[in-house]
This record gives sequence, C-alpha cells and structure tokens, in this order.
Amino acid sequence: MSQNDSSPQSPPDRRPLIAFAWVWVGVPLAYGVYELVQKATQLFTG
Amino acid sequence: MSPPVAPAGWSRWLVPPAALSVHLSIGQAYAWSVFKPPLESALGLSGTQSALPFQLGIVMLGLSAAFGGTLVERNGPRWAMTVALICFSSGFLLSALGAVTEQYWLIVLGYGFVGGIGLGIGYISPVSTLIKWFPDRPGMATGIAIMGFGGGALIASPWSAQMLESFGSDSSGIALAFLVHGLSYAVFMTLGVLLVRVPRTEKPVEGAPSITSGPQVSARSAVRTPQFWCLWVVLCMNVTAGIGILEKAAPMITDFFKDSSTTVSASAAAGFVALLSAANMAGRIGWSSTSDLIGRKNIYRLYLGAGALMYLLIALVGDSSKPLFVLCALVILSFYGGGFATIPAYLKDLFGTYQVGAIHGRLLTAWSTAGVLGPLIVNWIADRQEEAGKSGSSLYTLSLFIMIGLLAIGFVANEFVRPVHSRHHIPAPREAADVAERQQSAESA
Repeated sequence: MSQNDSSPQSPPDRRPLIAFAWVWVGVPLAYGVYELVQKATQLFTG
Repeated sequence: MSPPVAPAGWSRWLVPPAALSVHLSIGQAYAWSVFKPPLESALGLSGTQSALPFQLGIVMLGLSAAFGGTLVERNGPRWAMTVALICFSSGFLLSALGAVTEQYWLIVLGYGFVGGIGLGIGYISPVSTLIKWFPDRPGMATGIAIMGFGGGALIASPWSAQMLESFGSDSSGIALAFLVHGLSYAVFMTLGVLLVRVPRTEKPVEGAPSITSGPQVSARSAVRTPQFWCLWVVLCMNVTAGIGILEKAAPMITDFFKDSSTTVSASAAAGFVALLSAANMAGRIGWSSTSDLIGRKNIYRLYLGAGALMYLLIALVGDSSKPLFVLCALVILSFYGGGFATIPAYLKDLFGTYQVGAIHGRLLTAWSTAGVLGPLIVNWIADRQEEAGKSGSSLYTLSLFIMIGLLAIGFVANEFVRPVHSRHHIPAPREAADVAERQQSAESA
C-alpha cells in the first residue's frame, strides 16, 4: 500500500458544487415565482 | 443497478437540489393547458380530446408510482431518476413527432403514456433518499421536493406560452416547442441523476436518529394495515377538498361578488388563481417543515379541522367580505399543498424508512381517486344548481358543505391512526440472525 493510500485525506470542499446545484434549480424557480407575482398582483389592480 | 452510495464528506444539502431538478421538471404536467388551444386549432380537436394527454398522464402517474415503487426501492434513486428523465423527455420527443406529422395519437401516447410513467417514477424517486438523509427533518426535506412539483407548473406555464408565441401555434410551431421542452428537461434533470446519492452510513447526521431506528414495515405488509388505509382516506379527502376550490377558483370568486359593489374582473380572477398557486406551493414547504416540530398527526388535525372551518366561513359569510374570502381560500390551498408534502414523513413515522418510497407510491392512488372525485363533485353540483335557477354564491353552497363533510371524514380517519402492530414489522438484522440460528439448531437437533 502506498503512503498516499494510508494517509488520512480530507474530503474535497463541496461548497462550490452545492452553490452550483442550488443556483441550477433556484434560477428557474425564481423566474416562475416572478411571473406568478406579476399575475397575482392583478387581483388587487385588475 | 446498485444504489449510488455517497463518498466520504458528501453533503446532504446536494440531495434536495437533485430532487428539485426532477420535481421542477415533471411539475410541467400542470401547465398542459397552455398547449390545449393551439392543439385544438392546429389539429381540429375538441376540448375533451385536447385534455386526453394530461388525463392519461395523471392516470399513468398514479399507476407507475403504485406499481413501480418496489422497483425504485430496489434499484435506487439514480435508476429511478434516469427512468423518469428518459420517459418524460422521450414523451415530449414523441409528441413533437406527433405534432409535425399531425398524428394526434402519437401525442397521447408520448406525453400521456410514456411521459406519464416518467411522472410517477420521478415523483417518488427522491422521497425515500431524502428521508434517509434528513432523519431529523423528514417533513422539511420532502416538503422541498414536493414544493418543486408545484413550482414546475409556475415555470412551465409562462415559458411554454412564450415559446408558442415565438415558434407559432401551428403544428410545426407546436412540434418545435415540444422538441425544445424534451431536450431542455433532459438536460435539467441530468443534475438530479448525477448528484443523487444514498447515505453511506445508517447515521448520516451526528445527533440525529439512525435511518433504521424505529419499526420497519415492508410495502407488501403496509397495505395490509389499517394505518395505510386511514392515511389513504386522509390524503384522498384533503386533496378532494383542495381541488374543490382549485377547479372552480376563477368563476367562484366572480360569482361570489357578482351582486356586490366590488365585482371581480376576469384579470383579477386570474390573479386570484395565481395567488392560490403560491399558497399551494408555500404550504408544501411551510406546513411540512412545521410538522417536524408539532408532529404529523397534529398537523393533519390542522389541515382537516381548520380546513373545514375555512370552508364553513366561505359558505356562511364568504360573500360579505372579499379579503375574508381570499384569505380562507389561501389557507385551504396551503393545507392542500401541505397535505401532499407531509404524507411521506407520516409514512416514515409509521412504517420506517425500509420501503417508504414504495409505500408512498401505493398511497398516491388516493391522489388519482381525488383527482377524479373533486372536479366531478364540484362541476356536477354547480351545473345542477345553475339548472335549478340559482346564482351567485348559492351556486356553491352545497359543494362547500360536501367539502366540509369530506374533511370531517378525513379528520376522523386521522384520529384512528395508531402505531403499527409489531406483527407487521420486519425483524431487525440481529433478530433475523437469531431467528435463522435458532432454526438451524432446531433442524440439526
């Protein structure tokens, strides 16, 4: 077994991946919510 | 295919976006109505015919969730998400072919049958995995995913409408729109396939309960317990009552204030419908997360008990105040969404995590039943009342009282829910080993 295999390795930083994943789903959802709010305001203005 | 096990250091916060990428896509189903008028004019269809792909899709959702649940548990979430991606996207591609060749049966087959399988498998694909990653907050975790299903329609509705405006509403424009939908959703859902992982240990979170703590019941045994059928009634009644408002929201608010000084215009009624969608979505995440704090039985007492009270207020004094009417309807819709989102966590409490996805799939037949029952009751009664010469809010009084009755039935069913009897539990690994050992020594003696 090589030295690399036996030494404890810290797991990679997942924060960039977490941010990317949430932006991936968050942007379309925000678009949907924006369109919804635009339409919902018609209840008070229409 | 073996389930994808998370490597060391994998964050559980990667699993909700994986689930959302699937649910935000398949939630498009509720925006099908955008395609109806162009299809009717391009292919010469009636309203009933143009609704067929959606209706078949919802039927297939219920069937594939009910019968595919065990496969999803066995093969894991990545397999399930892959199947959902392939079916949902190829459903659109087949529909594109159907539109360009003007073969409507291909659209029904593609979107309704093939796409519908994607809806069902996709809907249950992340549930079990989310509950395993969030044993401390199962309501919140499944609430995020199931909120995505509501959010999917919010995204697809304006997006599809804009696409049809750009490509044109003739058969080739519709075909191009279907093609873009199929390809875009395939790319979007890929994130879920790539990111989803099952926890590597039974205790993915320090200080939280173990995944396998508490009683564990198989899907086959669960459907033989009274608890399963009590929850089936609870879900069916809650969804039927919600659909009671959703189905007739726009004409209802218009009729309620027809004779008042504050009449409701068509655009204001559309705004009311949009506001209900927001309440539905907010209820999914908000109430489901609250259930982690106050308990599942209590939250359903709220959905069903306070829901009945809201219906009663609408029936008795709804036409006297527009803000009161809107507020009551918003609360009812938030309970409707909450009921959907909290049910997986309720199932986990009763039956454990062992096959919770498969049990959830079987329970979704209550949704299919409610999807037929709700509109049937509301539309049939409204038509009869109109024939009887009634108008305004009195058109809906009988429907509203029927909804109160249904919610009361659901409330009673929830009160009957008790912990599952130990004869339905699967033996723990240690107990199973002991039983096997005893059997072996009995045989050799």
